[in-house]
Amino acid sequence: MENFQYILPEIFISVSIMLFLLIGVFKKNSASLIYNLSNISLIILLALIINLSSLNTIYLFNESYLIDNLSNYMKIILVGSGIFVMLTGSKYIQVINLNKIEYPILILSSILGMMIMISSNDLIVFYMGLELQSLALYVLASFNRDNLLSTESGLKYFVLSALSSGLLLYGCSLTYGFSESTNFDQILINSTEFNYGTTFGIVFILVGLAFKISAVPFHMWAPDVYQGSPTSVTLFFAILPKIAALSVFIKFLYTPFANMNDQWQTIIVFISIASMIFGAVAAIGQKNLKRLIAYSSISHMGYALAGLATVSNQGIQSSITYISIYLVMNLAFFSCLFMLKRNDKYYENIEDLSGLSKKHPILSFSLLIVLFSLAGIPPLAGFFAKFYVFLAVIEQSMYFLAIVGLLATVVAAFYYLRIIKIIYFDPEKEEYETSHNIGLKITLAISTIFILAYFIYPSGITEIVSKITMI
Amino acid sequence: MNFPILSSLILLPTIGALFILFTKSTSGKYQSSKYVALFISLANFLLSLYLWYVFDKNSVDFQFVENREWLSGFINYKVGIDGISILFVILATFITPICIISVNATITNRLKDFLIAILIMETFMIGVFCSLDLVVFYLFFEAGLIPMFLIIGIWGGERRVYSAFKFFLYTLLGSVLMLVAIISIYWITGTTDVEKLYELGIKAEYQNLLWLAFFSSFAVKTPMWPVHTWLPDAHVEAPTVGSVLLAAILLKMAGYGFIRFSLGLFPIASENFTMLVYILSLIAIIYTSLVALMQEDMKKLIAYSSVAHMGFVTLGIFTMTQQGIEGSIFQMISHGLVSAALFLSVGVVYERHHTRLINKYGGLVSIMPRYAIVFMVFTLGALGLPGTTGFIGEFLILMGAFEKNILVAMIASLGVILGAAYMLWLFKRVVFGEMHNQELKSMKDLKTFEIITLSALVIPILFFGFYPEPLMNSIEASVENTLNMYNFDLINNFVSKD
Repeated sequence: MENFQYILPEIFISVSIMLFLLIGVFKKNSASLIYNLSNISLIILLALIINLSSLNTIYLFNESYLIDNLSNYMKIILVGSGIFVMLTGSKYIQVINLNKIEYPILILSSILGMMIMISSNDLIVFYMGLELQSLALYVLASFNRDNLLSTESGLKYFVLSALSSGLLLYGCSLTYGFSESTNFDQILINSTEFNYGTTFGIVFILVGLAFKISAVPFHMWAPDVYQGSPTSVTLFFAILPKIAALSVFIKFLYTPFANMNDQWQTIIVFISIASMIFGAVAAIGQKNLKRLIAYSSISHMGYALAGLATVSNQGIQSSITYISIYLVMNLAFFSCLFMLKRNDKYYENIEDLSGLSKKHPILSFSLLIVLFSLAGIPPLAGFFAKFYVFLAVIEQSMYFLAIVGLLATVVAAFYYLRIIKIIYFDPEKEEYETSHNIGLKITLAISTIFILAYFIYPSGITEIVSKITMI
Repeated sequence: MNFPILSSLILLPTIGALFILFTKSTSGKYQSSKYVALFISLANFLLSLYLWYVFDKNSVDFQFVENREWLSGFINYKVGIDGISILFVILATFITPICIISVNATITNRLKDFLIAILIMETFMIGVFCSLDLVVFYLFFEAGLIPMFLIIGIWGGERRVYSAFKFFLYTLLGSVLMLVAIISIYWITGTTDVEKLYELGIKAEYQNLLWLAFFSSFAVKTPMWPVHTWLPDAHVEAPTVGSVLLAAILLKMAGYGFIRFSLGLFPIASENFTMLVYILSLIAIIYTSLVALMQEDMKKLIAYSSVAHMGFVTLGIFTMTQQGIEGSIFQMISHGLVSAALFLSVGVVYERHHTRLINKYGGLVSIMPRYAIVFMVFTLGALGLPGTTGFIGEFLILMGAFEKNILVAMIASLGVILGAAYMLWLFKRVVFGEMHNQELKSMKDLKTFEIITLSALVIPILFFGFYPEPLMNSIEASVENTLNMYNFDLINNFVSKD
């Protein structure tokens, strides 16, 4: 029982959730209060996790819960981006009348679920965390319940997600059946010999995970859910579940199924190539910025998975670096979206950006930086993200994957350029409001400067990530 | 000397750009930012001249080398120059102030943004020529796309969006394969440091593919036939200053890349692919010259002539002779000056008459005598009359070509005649002849700032045309060293095969 100190962050966030629920029930009109309290509790949570990050590998609860470098790093970027998601969205949910007590509480419970996913070392614990985060996400997607698109996206996400969870569970049960354990390390020990049962198990589990990370061919929900959900929730969708799912991906591939990399490597390569190409091609015709960023995130996940396909520490580290830079770019992009406000209405079509650069030079410049970075043009951060991935991919002589990936960046560059064209080359439209809350401004400033100045000291993230070794 | 002179050369324009970014103008005209930009770029020019002064021309090593840890153990930030790159650095620092002075005429809106874009562009251009690490080179090489895309797209002509996209996507597509090659080189040899790679050499079995990957990038940027089609579009739609930067410096990045990387790193592959380059260069010289003859748009004509001139450059480089390579470098510098001047000259009449169609002009000599004189110098420079820089470059290239392959040299010589034909015909139609168009009568001769910029270009074209020694001195040792290494590698490979 003395091990409780190691899961202090999880305990703290659970207690906070319950406490906020009670406050919400007994105190009238406490939505803003709870929102701010949640933000503070996330900051404390981050401090608690950082406090634990000096520890080495620790197994808890019969080895079903694992705290190591990977889980610590992933939790830090998870909670860190959670804070910024809350900061940027605060004004938005007030304006569109969504400032209810459930909103921050759902976000916190989802984060709790993701933390459990990230640390899980057992199929059952993993599934518990997964469902906790998914349940919260179903509600969040349809949070704007008077809006047809929002309810549709919630329902769509629920149905498809439930299906994928079913497949995932089936995979888990197959794996359990053939390897006689639910513990990741035990599965690894018991699955030294090839058998079809575990192979099928891997396939089903990968399908479930690919769904969570919205990789092709399990991406169908992403564009609709991204577009239908309230923008603040879309931002959440674009970052946090991806971090958690990628972390679980790494964990599954390199702990229980590490012996069977010849089985899953082809699957990951296929998913990765399909996502890169599909994400790039399908985004070309989009008119809605949120929909476009959904396709863009599909293609970005393709690059992150390309790193995982390499079966090397270098590859894993490159994927983690990729997702870290990806989340900053998304934060910056959505901060810009939140600034497209006029008379209490938010604009989210690409056409609404027309001629933005004339009246809003700073906002346009930030968007320019973010979009070039998303396209992976040097010297911006997005280039380094891709560079690390391809460094790892080419190390393993996977030239086909590298060349397809890089050609897909050229296709993807087209639609990012199209947005830049609309911002910079097209005639201007009405002005947007210029007063924004401080959280939004800070997020945009920090993330833009990060992207812009990343090349000055690019080894910062790499050095931290290089501690994460799985093989 | 410990002072990081190259890094300051690279960073100074960016610092200037930041300075301009934070200045506010009360009048809204941003005259003050123009002076800041001009001051910064002139300071950079003087710094580069100082660099040339202290540069040891007899040494074959890279000088002023800076080597800093950058990408945690993988890749170092390494810059340095030899006799070849210093000329391109000076060309870049020389053209930029001229561009900034000419901004007056062509850019009416968003002057501040334009100046920032030019200064950032200068940083990347100098960076390309200084970098001694493949990744650093790639970084600068690609980063230049961003400001150029904006320059064409924001301040360009009617079809600017199409041209800007075409420019960006063509170049990006060519370059991504180079990135694959660079990373492969890292895993094959364990380094991307150019100097170390020269020493280590790359195994013969890898060279062909790597060479092709680099070639795909440089061929688009040069541009070589058949991937040259972005250039006429980009030139026609870009504002005058954009065309100047594009023609004078951006195209030279590829030629420089051929000498430094294709020849230096992959000698065996370069030898294997010589014929391919010859054929593509000859097609570029003959075919685009013919196309240039038929153009009705002045800028398009000059753009096609650029393709033809760059055909000479690639031809000269791959003759692998002292004369050929020196000629190519000289031709690149010369073309940098002449094409910049020609685009500025077109800008002069375009700004007054708002058309670039050749048949709308004629008889300008009677109303714009000064303009006629400088335009004549540039025309003669472009067609390679003895006494201008154009002659020396083409002459040396053809000398090199005759040594290697007489047929190729003879076909290439035809290009010289065609070049004279389209340039003289252009000059005749615009400057001489009768003045049919009565509107032209109101056109004024050159303004002061135009005299400054154009004469700043006339002087080096004539000076180095009569006295090429300073430039030749500077490149001689480096070219010789490149060729020695090249032949050494080839012989080694030959011996090891036996």
